[in-house]
Amino acid sequence: MATRGGLGQEARRSIALLAAPFSYAILLLAMPLGAVVLFSFWTQDFLDIDTTFTLANYEEALSQPIYRMLLGRSLWIAGAVTLVTVVLAFPIAYFVSFYVAPSRKSLWLFLITIPFWTSYLIRVFLWKVILGFNGVLNTSLQGLGFIDEPLTFILYNANAVVITLAHAFAPFAILPIFVALERIDRSLLEASQDLGENKVTTFLRVTLPLAMPGVVAATLIVFIPTIGDYVTPRLVGGPDGLMIANMIQTQFLRLNNAPLGATLAILAMLSVTVIALLFIWLNRKWLRTR
Amino acid sequence: MTLRFYAVAYLIFLYAPIALLPIFAFNDGTIIAFPLQGFTTQWFGELRTTPALHEAVKNSLIIAVSSAVIATLLGICAARAGQMETFPGKGGVIGFIMLPLVLPEIIVAVSLLVVIVRVMGLPLGNWTIILAHVLICMPFCIAVLNGAFAGLDKSMEEAAMDLGQSRWGAFRLVTLPLIAPGIVSSLLISFTISLDEFIIAFFLSGNSPTMPVYIWGLLRFPEKLPVVMALGTILVALSIVLLTIAETMRRRGLRRAGLKDTGGFL
Repeated sequence: MATRGGLGQEARRSIALLAAPFSYAILLLAMPLGAVVLFSFWTQDFLDIDTTFTLANYEEALSQPIYRMLLGRSLWIAGAVTLVTVVLAFPIAYFVSFYVAPSRKSLWLFLITIPFWTSYLIRVFLWKVILGFNGVLNTSLQGLGFIDEPLTFILYNANAVVITLAHAFAPFAILPIFVALERIDRSLLEASQDLGENKVTTFLRVTLPLAMPGVVAATLIVFIPTIGDYVTPRLVGGPDGLMIANMIQTQFLRLNNAPLGATLAILAMLSVTVIALLFIWLNRKWLRTR
Repeated sequence: MTLRFYAVAYLIFLYAPIALLPIFAFNDGTIIAFPLQGFTTQWFGELRTTPALHEAVKNSLIIAVSSAVIATLLGICAARAGQMETFPGKGGVIGFIMLPLVLPEIIVAVSLLVVIVRVMGLPLGNWTIILAHVLICMPFCIAVLNGAFAGLDKSMEEAAMDLGQSRWGAFRLVTLPLIAPGIVSSLLISFTISLDEFIIAFFLSGNSPTMPVYIWGLLRFPEKLPVVMALGTILVALSIVLLTIAETMRRRGLRRAGLKDTGGFL
């Protein structure tokens, strides 16, 4: 198969095929991202951009308490959302993989994914309707006599953001865990029980470690986009639930300070990447010691 | 048993917001809260008499159709290459194309805004949103089409070429019909994503908003909320229909390729 240059004819054709989508991604993703990096080292000088290289934006972003707080809060909220989403999603994935008849699995997955494909804006807005002071949840709980006063800790704060995002990202967490669980060879579980483990220890020592790649994928696929969410903090977060994306939008579209906005975007991406890599590393280490 | 109970409770959690939509869309009151005031179709009527909304829907449809077609074409190239013989760095190349799947959308929005407005000095319009939507739809297309290509038997195309077809002829006459259901479901999924996408359109739309940007504007006016509920009801109904078609197509494709269904779009 190998010809000149060590590449087969088919490999060369696959390069040719990949050229179009790859150049598209280079032109519209890599180069724009590069431009953002460049901008973060420039400054806004009234209406013009001052293109002298400077770290002033980074200094400002890291020293001003408001930016530090927003970034910290975004990471904290994204972490909480990820934890809640993955913990709630695991039993569902487990149920569909282990307890649902094979012929009905895709129906369950379809049911789980439908809400995800319906208007995001309207879904988030409806959480505001559900969680509000006179909302569906409060009026129902009051009607049923569970509470006397409306609950106020569930709207216009970080809790509301966590609930809403946990809802929005549910399928993103369920699907990777489901795929990992589906791959587990069921005879391993029987073997474990034949060797004297009970159901709980089998789950902890066999199922869970084998499902870990799915859990890691779910964690990352929820955590990374969550940090940049704009709509949810804006609609249900109130002043104490705003996140870094809201500030990035303000810098770009309101204050016309693209360089500072670019800096904030890069700092957010950097912190997410560092945390994600740390998480992967810790997980590898944990799996190896077992 | 407790697990089944939990699963049902979880589905209720997933569907709770959507279930409320039609309830408030037909509610005869401007306040979106219980108790309900009575039945009306007034809000749906108002949808018909709002020219600004029609304009926004038109923009969204143009953007969604163009993005879906371009993203699917590029996705076909990538997914087909993905099934072929590997070369050094192929994983990285495909990984990079799939990157928008995990990239926060605001990053895509901001970076394109910087390039188009600040660097190139071009005016924003529908085309800027199309460019960005193709980028974020492509990974979903590739994921769907990978499934369609994975089940293909290579020897069928080879047989067609042995029988005198050109490479393109073999692809068109043998492979294309087999992956057609995958293509339809890829088109529908990217159409749905583009139609619903807000943050990128918010940053990159010029003077003419898309439908989600228009809805975002309405959310600030309490008296407009019932109209939003009516619009939302129509959108939900529409996406359920589209997704059901996409899912049916995907399953048909799997059956055609003689594969067992392992479920799921992603």
